[in-house]
Amino acid sequence: MRRRIGRTTATHLTLATFAALFAAPIVFMILTSLKTLPEINNGSIFALPESPSLAAWSKAWGSACISGTCEGISRGFINSLAIVLPSLILCLALGGITGYALSLRASWHADALLKAILIGLFIPIQAAMFPMVIVVRELGLFGTRAGAVLVHVTWGLPFVSLLFRNYFLTIPRNIISAARIDGAGFYAILRHIVLPLSLPICAVAAALQFTFIWNEFLLSLTFAGAGHEPVTVALNILAGAQFGVQEYNVNMAATLLAALPTIGIYLLYGKIFLRGVTTGITKTRHA
Amino acid sequence: MNLQAVQLQQIRKRYGSTFVLDDFNLEVAAGEFLVLLGPSGCGKSTLLNIVAGVEPHEHGRVLIGDRDVTDLEPSERHVAMVFQSFALYPTMTARANIAFALKMNGVPAAEAARRVERVAAVLQIEALLDRKPAQLSGGQQQRVAIGRALVRNPSVLLLDEPLSNLDAKLRTELRVELRKLHQSDPRTTLYVTHDQLEALMLASRIAVMHQGQILQCDTPEVIYERPANRTVAAFVGTPTMNFIEGRLDLTGAAAVLHTHTGARIPLPGLSATPSLAPERPVVLGVRSEHIHIVPTETLASTTGRVLVEEMAGADTYVLADVGGHELTIRTSAGERVRRRDSLPIRIDGAAANLFCPTNGTRLS
Repeated sequence: MRRRIGRTTATHLTLATFAALFAAPIVFMILTSLKTLPEINNGSIFALPESPSLAAWSKAWGSACISGTCEGISRGFINSLAIVLPSLILCLALGGITGYALSLRASWHADALLKAILIGLFIPIQAAMFPMVIVVRELGLFGTRAGAVLVHVTWGLPFVSLLFRNYFLTIPRNIISAARIDGAGFYAILRHIVLPLSLPICAVAAALQFTFIWNEFLLSLTFAGAGHEPVTVALNILAGAQFGVQEYNVNMAATLLAALPTIGIYLLYGKIFLRGVTTGITKTRHA
Repeated sequence: MNLQAVQLQQIRKRYGSTFVLDDFNLEVAAGEFLVLLGPSGCGKSTLLNIVAGVEPHEHGRVLIGDRDVTDLEPSERHVAMVFQSFALYPTMTARANIAFALKMNGVPAAEAARRVERVAAVLQIEALLDRKPAQLSGGQQQRVAIGRALVRNPSVLLLDEPLSNLDAKLRTELRVELRKLHQSDPRTTLYVTHDQLEALMLASRIAVMHQGQILQCDTPEVIYERPANRTVAAFVGTPTMNFIEGRLDLTGAAAVLHTHTGARIPLPGLSATPSLAPERPVVLGVRSEHIHIVPTETLASTTGRVLVEEMAGADTYVLADVGGHELTIRTSAGERVRRRDSLPIRIDGAAANLFCPTNGTRLS
């Protein structure tokens, strides 16, 4: 009994240490963002703010100057949403259809195609950059939001398709057969049978893709073009400025603001996410 | 109703390099209840999937009525299927499950609802219609699945081991139900099972399959009483048929089997068949109910020693040693057999089966 208590304490201690390690940078960021600039320059990084103020947050959001325009990162935030949301919807829709088609394994082509898609997963983004620029330019979409969306969808498809395919394979084959006999076609089965069984994996794919595209820097920087810079690019310009005073409080606030949507997604999806990652679908009894 | 026959012609199916079916032919008469009986892995479920069109095959034609449906989609074949795993749509209520095919085929909602109610009444599942599959027991799920199959009024009903996932009591109940359904509405039915008792009870004809081949296709009576070969004989019937190898002596008044242990087993009633050479080596196959314990020894009897008695309700099975061969004898429960060393036993030669010892085919 005593031994067990000792072990539990040790476990808790280890967990607490790791939690502290992971939380520390965020805590310092929050503390710093609530301080004034002189306080940051003169005081200790560990000190609590003397008079906490949201002034830095408001500046970071609405009035900090980024390459000449003084609208804070709000502009980049909106640009990001305008790229992420269409990319996300297209990526999930196309990935779902592709994943379902691959999961049927109707012919040997399906598995050959799967291998090709797997290769797509392992190509570094930098290696594909130049060909992608050419293709997008030839399509006349270079430097537009549509171009950035196209690139993000293409880049996300292999992973999302694979994620869906592997999940769909856990759906009992006879259910699909029954639906085919009942007269449902490819899309009807996907809509009426497969999709309702796949909400957890949809949540997983959405959360992962949202995070990836929202946090993505290189593709957006290259393809979105002037005036469409997403929040990551805006943040880089703001925090990476070479001239003038470094407003650490504003930088920290801007960084936290930029991270909010992804944190929000994980908190929102937390339960579904874990369920989707760890389990298959709820099978019917005796099946 | 318009009853349709099913024909399978020269079907070939491979998984990788193994042939599951090769040059397979079968004809199911219109309105017939044909049971495909065989051990697992003999290709019977594959066959059903090929008829349904949910599994591709390499070669051969599938005909339903006078239509060649080989290249048609499953939905265009007018077949319905019931699966061992029930395969209900987990996210839909029982009602939506049954109505799904009607919805897919553009049946107006009001008529669909009426048809669902009618089928539900036949299967006594009206009270369950608004439940999801996970809230139903196995037997209830399978009733819903049968309802889903029947609601479309298919030309051919395919059932793939529909009772195998149910407990014994439910299995009996639903088996009777299926029988009633077929009697009141005799549609062409192809039923797959590995349970020989189920096959005997349900079928108008049984096709016994083994390794992708049909060993015998006939009525349950013929399959049981005159199996075409030793494999069928051993597979059908409980307890398993008794087999004794020996030489058949047809010279005397009654036929006698001389076994390798030196035993002499008379087979009174066995009529000599012209094709049987005297002293021919044979395998005698005799069912437990055709071996009788007689009051006194006669010329037509032999003696056995009781090894084990098994009480099985109305019957008692007696395992006896007869000249070094173990035979199972079926006696009625009232007929208590006292364990003793020499029990007079008489084998009914008229009901005996003779098989070739080399290839197992039927000789008599």
